[in-house]
Amino acid sequence: MRFKPKFGWLPTPYRSVLLFIVWLLLNQSIEAVHLFFAAVLAVVIPLLTLRFRDPQPLIERPLLALRYILRVFADIVTANAQVAVLILGPKRRLNPAFVRVPLDLQHELPITILASTVSMTPGTVSAEIYPSAELIPAGEPMPQRWLLIHVLNMTDEAELIASIKQRYEAPLKEIFQC
Amino acid sequence: MQNWIEWAVAFFLLLGGSFVLIGSIGLTRMPDFFMRLHGPTKATTLGMGGILLGSMFFFSLSGGVSVHELLITIFLLITAPISAHMLIKTALHHKLKAISKTRGLDNIEPAQSKQHDRKPLP
Repeated sequence: MRFKPKFGWLPTPYRSVLLFIVWLLLNQSIEAVHLFFAAVLAVVIPLLTLRFRDPQPLIERPLLALRYILRVFADIVTANAQVAVLILGPKRRLNPAFVRVPLDLQHELPITILASTVSMTPGTVSAEIYPSAELIPAGEPMPQRWLLIHVLNMTDEAELIASIKQRYEAPLKEIFQC
Repeated sequence: MQNWIEWAVAFFLLLGGSFVLIGSIGLTRMPDFFMRLHGPTKATTLGMGGILLGSMFFFSLSGGVSVHELLITIFLLITAPISAHMLIKTALHHKLKAISKTRGLDNIEPAQSKQHDRKPLP
């Protein structure tokens, strides 16, 4: 994991790109004035707010991150169709369950992204992370952490855990190189 | 406005509307809190996406480009899992009952007290 940015004047390059795009979307134009202001804001806002935030791991593989986002989008669409069918189908056939997924990720940011992804994708909502960060004394090595998820209709626990780890956790490990 | 655009707008509005409706049906129909949470977190996201796509089509073709809606989609996608997580965390904290056929209930750890090893604020 890398925390130190490459350029001092551009501490969070992807956040700058996002700010640039959001500014243009808000103005709904690509005139020179708006492009200029978007560029200025994209550089100045991260620099001004840099001291307020804790250092977060940087994205090492942007293309993989893009692929991950597209994959999650596709999964959201299928998740919606699946959950719609489950909701309208007979209630008796649903097998709700709580499942613990062992995490290989250590840092808070990748874990947060994984938990959010799990919430958006088929039939699962992430509920809790054990042990929570407040319970780990500062300076000690991270113990094995678990993600508790609630599943609407569980068929095979081992398969579900394997698919989450392989489909979402492995790319996140690649993206943040941790 | 051309005919096919009206069809596209109507299609996306209906698609979005039905997914939002299904999400709400899930909210009333499911037996316990944890299962009820699944409807609003997922079906509603795609439903909103559909409605916003319809809105983008409508306003883009009745004058100028309209891409504000992409921002709404982005913020919705970021905030929906967070609020779902907060809700389910609160439910676990209050030890809400799950229906009896729920498996893996022993996977929930009892709440631990926070260790006070941090320095008090001056």
